[in-house]
Amino acid sequence: MTERDASARPVVEMTGITVVIEGTPVLHGVDLRLFGGEIHALMGGNGAGKSSMVKALTGAYRVDAGEVRIDGEPVALSGPAAAEAAGVAAAFQDVDLCGNLSIAENVMIGHEERRWYGISWRATRRRAVAVLQELGLGELDPKQSVSALSPAIQQLVAIARALVTQPKVLVLDEPTSSLDADEVATLFRALRRLREQGVAILFVSHFLEQVYAISDRITVLRDGRGQGEYPTRELDRAELISKMIGKDLTELRRIGSERRAHRADPTGEPVYRVVGLGKRGDFDATDFELHRGEVVGLGGLRGSGRSEFGQLLAGVVRGDSGTIQIDGRKVVLSSPAAALRHRIAFASEDRRDGGIIEELSVRDNIVLALQAIRGWARPISHAERDALVERFMESFDIVAPGPDAPAKQLSGGNQQKVLLARWLATRPHVLVLDEPTRGVDIAAKVEIQARVAEMARDGVAVVFISSELDEVVRLSDRIAILKDRRKIGEVSNGPGLSVDTIIEMIAAADEDDA
Amino acid sequence: MTAVQTPRADSSAEASAVSKIVARVKRVVASNPSVLPTVAAIVIFIGMVIYGEVAYGRIVQANTLSNLLINNAHLIILAVAMTFVILTGGIDLSVGSVIALSSVAGVMLSNAGWDPLVVIVLMILIGTVFGLASGILIQYFNVQPFIATLAMMFLGRGLAALLSTQPERLSEDSPIRWLGEQFKVVDGEKVNDVVVTPGVVIALLVVLAAFFVLHRTRTGRTVYAIGGSESSSALMGLAVPRTKVLVYVISGTLSGVAAVVYTSRLGIAQNITGIGWELDAIAATVIGGTLLTGGYGYVLGSVIGALVLGLMNVLITRDGGIPPKMTTIITGGILLVFVLLQRAVTSKRHT
Repeated sequence: MTERDASARPVVEMTGITVVIEGTPVLHGVDLRLFGGEIHALMGGNGAGKSSMVKALTGAYRVDAGEVRIDGEPVALSGPAAAEAAGVAAAFQDVDLCGNLSIAENVMIGHEERRWYGISWRATRRRAVAVLQELGLGELDPKQSVSALSPAIQQLVAIARALVTQPKVLVLDEPTSSLDADEVATLFRALRRLREQGVAILFVSHFLEQVYAISDRITVLRDGRGQGEYPTRELDRAELISKMIGKDLTELRRIGSERRAHRADPTGEPVYRVVGLGKRGDFDATDFELHRGEVVGLGGLRGSGRSEFGQLLAGVVRGDSGTIQIDGRKVVLSSPAAALRHRIAFASEDRRDGGIIEELSVRDNIVLALQAIRGWARPISHAERDALVERFMESFDIVAPGPDAPAKQLSGGNQQKVLLARWLATRPHVLVLDEPTRGVDIAAKVEIQARVAEMARDGVAVVFISSELDEVVRLSDRIAILKDRRKIGEVSNGPGLSVDTIIEMIAAADEDDA
Repeated sequence: MTAVQTPRADSSAEASAVSKIVARVKRVVASNPSVLPTVAAIVIFIGMVIYGEVAYGRIVQANTLSNLLINNAHLIILAVAMTFVILTGGIDLSVGSVIALSSVAGVMLSNAGWDPLVVIVLMILIGTVFGLASGILIQYFNVQPFIATLAMMFLGRGLAALLSTQPERLSEDSPIRWLGEQFKVVDGEKVNDVVVTPGVVIALLVVLAAFFVLHRTRTGRTVYAIGGSESSSALMGLAVPRTKVLVYVISGTLSGVAAVVYTSRLGIAQNITGIGWELDAIAATVIGGTLLTGGYGYVLGSVIGALVLGLMNVLITRDGGIPPKMTTIITGGILLVFVLLQRAVTSKRHT
């Protein structure tokens, strides 16, 4: 596909990889080449087959057809141990550590230093610390249990574990999804050092900017099929995205321009107003207003109190100061159920823990909240329910085997759409969306943003929380800027406003503090 | 402690030694809260010893403590075996009936004139085979550990009854009895001697070996890792299937060893021997601080747990006023306290 140095031989050469899981093919003859001293990005939407490809390479999936060669030798990767023996080490997306063991042990388990008297813990810990230092984690106490660590540090510990074997090939599946900017920078420094040492690195991520910052070469997947291999320099972002989603990017641009065209300064009485709402330790007392049909974004960095403020607004967490008014009447939101009765809905940041019930069908997931506010004594009739579910599945373009399929069979993006449908089914007046686009692919992001814009057009007041500031800027009519668990200002959106403006405002607040 | 010291100096020296130990224990617990239940077990054991000494006397002396070890050697071995299984998050209900089968078979073979060494090896191998069967059922046929070992429990009990339903007496001149013979190590005043049996030595060797395996070998660490997260252990490339089978093989084999130790001491085997011992072993393990969900626990804790149960029996016998039926109630009470303690420790860890 691309010209390359004829002399270089790939460390890993996967050709025609086909994997069938429970009768459903998830990969159809995919090719992938990894070269020593290169960082190779594997890109694709949710369900494109990135994780399957990673599992095929690490021996977690059996390859049904095709061949894996490492250093030119065909290998049969029968399991993680076999892959490790062949020089392939991996850190997976869902942090795979043993919470009952110490940091040192998680890094070193299976590779402990042994002497005549068995494992030498002193030597084992020393090696663990050496590897952790490479990742900038030298100050961690190796005896500490990993269960006390933040997800980000756990992710880095998992990567440290992969490095212990000094692999020829390092596979990182979404390593940065729980890391903040500093931690990403630390990780990238370590990756560049490994690249210099000649390690072949496979970097799977859905963060475009990170892929462009770190990778040398990109292989694109879509629907389990290879879409080609490209040097990163020669593939621009728009082209990459259109290869990933199979259509071009006009949709995103359209949302942005429509929102801008539609934008009007709020008039009349706010539907929702809080005065001095706050909770000690979570968020400082704040005034805040929402008008009908308005999207208000919460702009702020991680730890600025975005989620906390959203939860306070939605009545998920009860504030210890302040009052809440809906349509000018004072109300007390004593529980999420009470908030729902006042038509305030909250879609949680954590899809798995706080939202989707994986065992329930798509249909039950959609009608769950509606049924809850009606009370169990007044069930929704079958006809009404089916009509509702059908309407939402169609209008949200939810890709599922059917309304009876358990939600766990859906991809992340589709689960998120099911969640949105659930809250919309309650016909909320106020909807708080906490990170609705996290962990979903570009195509699903576009659709979710389009739905949010549509809701606002229908008169819902939306609070939109996202760690991706460009989304906040694209969608919001107004942006409340948060920092250190308080609101430092509000700006109306307009042509002059950009992500940089918000970052400058946050940084400026820093200088005021100093 | 000598009589020359004045009582005052004696008590203050003791107090500073105790406070040093307490400070050290506090440090260990702070850095690793999972040892807390095990520390609590040790504290309770010491408390029981002190209470017994004060209330009934003649507890803290060589022959009482020797007998505690001699009479509970088999339970210590079983508790060690159970610790391996429970650390992986499993359970083995078959150990009691493995002992019944193994000892009935052993006594009958020995009385039939088989070589004692061959008999002992066979007794142990019976346990190994049962453990292997459980392990294979659990790992390769995906049977719940509870069900798989329950099936093996019924099988073992039934086979033992098939062999004999009468008490089988080991002939008085059988060399196997040597394992239960008492050897005076230190000759104290009157009957206050330090006494061991080869059975006690076997139990102590088992404890040391188990400690070594669990803390100094990769296999042992894999046992802990499986208890922490089986799927993560597999992704880390650890030998999960092999280790899971292995813990049941260890449990079965050690049950066979316990059968040898027990039979050699008593000289009688019966098909109803060992009913409920699996539960004693589980109780000892839990009292010793091992979490039933796996991943946390120490083999030394299980030894203490077994001794707590044994000492309780001694105290109840000494008291004379407590009806023997109360034993199980007291065991249950202690167990409950420990489970609640563990719950408190784990909830603390999660916040």
